[in-house]
Amino acid sequence: MSDGVTSRLELTGITKSFPGVLANDDVSFSVAPGTIHALLGENGAGKSTLVKMIYGIMHPDAGEIRFDGKPVQVANPKAARAMGVGMVFQHFSLFEAMTVLENIALGLDEAVSYSELESRIRAVLEQYHLHLDPHRTVATLSVGERQRIEIVRALLLTPQLLIMDEPTSVLTPQEVAQLFDTLRALAKRGCSILYISHKLHEIVELCDKATILRGGKVVAECDPKKESSRSMAEMMIGGSLKEIEKAEGRSFGAERFVVADLSLPADDEFGTTLRNITFSVRAGEIFGVAGVAGNGQNELLLALSGERPVPFSDAVKIDGTPVGMLGADARRRHGLCAVPEERNGHGAVPGFSLIDNAILTARNRKNMVNWGVINSRLAERYTDEVIHTFAVKTTGASSPAGSLSGGNLQKFIMGREIMQAPEVLVVSQPTWGVDAGAAAAIHQEIVDLAARGSAVVVISQDLDELLAISDTLAVMNEGVLSRSLKVGEASVDEIGLLMGGVHGDPEATREYAGAAHVA
Amino acid sequence: MTEAILISILVTVVGAATPILLAGLGELVVEKSGVLNLGVEGMMLVGAVTGFAVTTMTGVTFVGIVAAACAAAGASMIFGYLTLTLTANQVATGLALTIFGIGLSSLMGAGFVGQTVERIGPLFPPALAEHEHLRILFGYDPVVYFSFAMTLVVAWFLRRTRAGLILRAVGENDVSAHSIGYSVISVRYMAVAFGGAMAGIGGCYYSLVLTPMWAERLTAGRGWIALALVVFSAWRPMRLLAGAYLFGVVMTLELHAKAAGFEYVPPEFLAAMPYLATIVVLALISLRKSVGSQAPACLGQPFKPST
Amino acid sequence: MLLELEKRKQPSRRMLYLTPVISVLLTMIAGATIFSLLGYDGPGAVWAIFFVPVLDIGAWQDLGIKAAPLILIATGLSIGFRANVWNIGAEGQYVMGGLAGTGVALATWELEGWWILPAMCFAGVIGGALYAAIPAFLKTKLNVSEILSSLMLTYVSIQLLYFLMRGPWKDPEGFNFPQSRMFNDSQLLPEIGNTFVHLGVPIAFIVAVIAWYVLSKTVFGFEIRVVGAAPHAARYGGFNQKRTIWLALLAGGGFAGFAGILEAAGPYGQMVPQFPTGYGFTAIIVAFLGRLHPAGIVLGALILAISYVGGEIAQSSIGLPNAASGLFQAMMLFFLLATDILVTYRLRFGGARSGGAA
Repeated sequence: MSDGVTSRLELTGITKSFPGVLANDDVSFSVAPGTIHALLGENGAGKSTLVKMIYGIMHPDAGEIRFDGKPVQVANPKAARAMGVGMVFQHFSLFEAMTVLENIALGLDEAVSYSELESRIRAVLEQYHLHLDPHRTVATLSVGERQRIEIVRALLLTPQLLIMDEPTSVLTPQEVAQLFDTLRALAKRGCSILYISHKLHEIVELCDKATILRGGKVVAECDPKKESSRSMAEMMIGGSLKEIEKAEGRSFGAERFVVADLSLPADDEFGTTLRNITFSVRAGEIFGVAGVAGNGQNELLLALSGERPVPFSDAVKIDGTPVGMLGADARRRHGLCAVPEERNGHGAVPGFSLIDNAILTARNRKNMVNWGVINSRLAERYTDEVIHTFAVKTTGASSPAGSLSGGNLQKFIMGREIMQAPEVLVVSQPTWGVDAGAAAAIHQEIVDLAARGSAVVVISQDLDELLAISDTLAVMNEGVLSRSLKVGEASVDEIGLLMGGVHGDPEATREYAGAAHVA
Repeated sequence: MTEAILISILVTVVGAATPILLAGLGELVVEKSGVLNLGVEGMMLVGAVTGFAVTTMTGVTFVGIVAAACAAAGASMIFGYLTLTLTANQVATGLALTIFGIGLSSLMGAGFVGQTVERIGPLFPPALAEHEHLRILFGYDPVVYFSFAMTLVVAWFLRRTRAGLILRAVGENDVSAHSIGYSVISVRYMAVAFGGAMAGIGGCYYSLVLTPMWAERLTAGRGWIALALVVFSAWRPMRLLAGAYLFGVVMTLELHAKAAGFEYVPPEFLAAMPYLATIVVLALISLRKSVGSQAPACLGQPFKPST
Repeated sequence: MLLELEKRKQPSRRMLYLTPVISVLLTMIAGATIFSLLGYDGPGAVWAIFFVPVLDIGAWQDLGIKAAPLILIATGLSIGFRANVWNIGAEGQYVMGGLAGTGVALATWELEGWWILPAMCFAGVIGGALYAAIPAFLKTKLNVSEILSSLMLTYVSIQLLYFLMRGPWKDPEGFNFPQSRMFNDSQLLPEIGNTFVHLGVPIAFIVAVIAWYVLSKTVFGFEIRVVGAAPHAARYGGFNQKRTIWLALLAGGGFAGFAGILEAAGPYGQMVPQFPTGYGFTAIIVAFLGRLHPAGIVLGALILAISYVGGEIAQSSIGLPNAASGLFQAMMLFFLLATDILVTYRLRFGGARSGGAA
């Protein structure tokens, strides 16, 4: 990494704007050969836009990209690959109904016969000790295996620079450890890795250097080994972190929300079947559901919220009242509110005004309807209340939900549900894609709601989040919910093993079970 | 029934099946790329009138067929421009294309009503084509053999070629295909143009072979049946072939029923049969559990790449 | 000159209402050009089709009569389209409504009474709604596309009409013409004042006002909008998508059936094989041109009615073929769909971007 070596990648003054947003503002930094370089920043800091320009999916408005010292115009991903740039996307660019082999063939720019391709894939798998069956259909694979397809697809081109966009957000701690081994082996062979993340402990563990982005600008460069997670976090959010205020030694009331032996078949062939889910949440308790995405969390939310009623009334009870066969509207009348993971098109309708989005779930609990006619004045008043109480940044109650930033929309949705004073609140991924300030505010609201005596269920992929706010925790794996663990008594390793469980590749799980070190 | 009657029934079935097979193959490729073009009926009519007009003017049927393919592909480009470049709603635009095709073909065809052209003859020499038995195999016009060939070509293209793989990928996940570096829009434009050309050839089969003359709306909803066939085929060319011939049988019932002496069945009921059969078939195949997942995942969804 | 599209931060309401007007203007320009190229008097055709009917007060009654069924059918369709239910078989539901009402008329042809006409209308609504119930059932139970099933049923209904006209319902005193008896005075819609505008015309306008109130002020209207905009959000909000599909199709069929019997008991005064004239399809254009809003639909229906009446005028005055007005209608829809992008995008002139954009 001495100054005499030509940088693998050098960015100078990269600027990119979208209507109303300056996504990248004069970004400059360089990546040395054979290093693992972290690109760190909050959601919306401009990391994804920047790497999309390096990979040729988008084009900069101004600035220069140099690769191995030569200035380049990256016209499209094909040109990027020809240069030796590989990319593994955060949201995988895979084709569900096709086989692993077909998926990889699509990532190559020249036509290769399937038999030759298969032997090349097997060679790469062997070289990096990875397991993957080229003839399986993607839809049948676990998230970790899907990521391996992306990695193999990139490695087949023997890249000089590999871009990894938030690669660990969907992996178990054990799968993360395995991924890190692969990346280290790759760097040892001279490939540079641009590693995008907002998970600080990973960067401390893995990376040689870090560039920190905030609001589209480079705000700092540092050696992660010499920094603490906290100091990097403060550079990333540009302020000091606010701790969650949670009363010590709280006691819980009676059981408010009881789920007993809830089973529900998958509604399509890619879905997960829920099997005998059993847990109970007391008044004032926050119950966390951990697990790798795609293990039935979405199905669980739908079954709990009433969007997919279950055939047995007694499977779900609110304050002793069986509600299992009731739909979402009826369950809300019984005091159960819910917030789904996806904001746009599920939790809110982007094209509708905030007022209409308030009517969507609050119309009955807030008495906005008389004889089937909507009282729009009451709806507007409630919307204003939510906007005020939850400090939602918007131009007004009648602006469309789609015009709000992710964090603000999530605050609005959370506020809309919490201000209905639900007896039970079920939330999925409450801070997914939300900036740190909004995330802290949302966490505080969840804790406060529980303190007022509601039973809260939080479903999240983010283990750190669950460990911070929940009192009790269980892990979801292939549609089965583990026994409940008391937070504080459970170790991360134990949770990680439950997350991996029988899922994915048993051999690999065994192999790396002992090697997992998660801060 | 005598052998001669059976053979003549078979010939009418082939005639009824060929145009919907052609249009269905085109639409199958379009839908595989993730686009739902409901304008098949309109494009068939544009093809029918163009084929007839050009054949009348040049006297060469082949030129007429090529012109029909080009005209219908041109009409499909209106659909392509609106839905792909301007991301208009595909259902509404497809309907508009059908309404447009009906209007345009009536206007263009106004001067040709009542004229006839010479029907295309069989592809093979009379020794084979008019042979008592062998005409089952060799007695058809070139378009029939073209439709068989295209079935095989489309099947081979989708399964075996790299271009077919890319086309399927675009229909399966447009965002991913774009981020890997494929031009979703260009692939879809080409598919839509192919779909238009095939619908045009299918359409002109009515005006050049089956009737052979021009009459307003002479396709009588066959374009919609071709759309239903694509669903029935579960997006597989070989099953589309089977489906087209099944419908060929149903569509010619009206003729056969008379020949077979079923005079007490109202002719209106027989005329309604193909449409009723379409509904029944769509209902039956949906009983098969996995039908939803066989559809290309992006079917009908607009795609706008960010740059 | 370089034209570029730039995404708006939020959809433009102004463009939402302006684009239908722009598309009508573009249709006039394109129509004049195309018909000139085809060797007709292009500007004359546009003048005859779009302006003569408006300037001729004598044609106004005709406009109202032509607009009424379009308003009714398009209002019903707009409920479905808002909910993403693509009922394109309104023509068939219109025929079935007309047949159901005619059935009542034929059963009561020797009777008199104020109740007969309402009973015919009721039968018309039920007939149309029941016919639309078939695609609703197929869609909700078997997941069959309502686009294909409703359209196929249109062809079936027309065959049923032909069958009834040639057989069971043929007027026994009608010299063997394939048509029904003439309706009697208790079965005909009264005309208003000394015009030949039948009662169905004001009814259509009143129905549009009621539809506006229901769609914009009630939970039902809200439900329809949410199911169309975001099905998952609708389920989350406690709405049942299948119920919405049923309601949307029943409403669409009921409105079309109502239009059918009003046509039969109004302008036709009997049932004839020429009854299906394409109102069910033209209403699709009306619904879009009116932005699925009842007020817009009334305006859209008037414009389409103008093009119908104008088409007849142009046919006799400058010899434009009958198909011309169909072509104008299709162009209107094309231009509307094309200019739709201006609602979410802004046009920028000559905006050459700097930097590395390829």
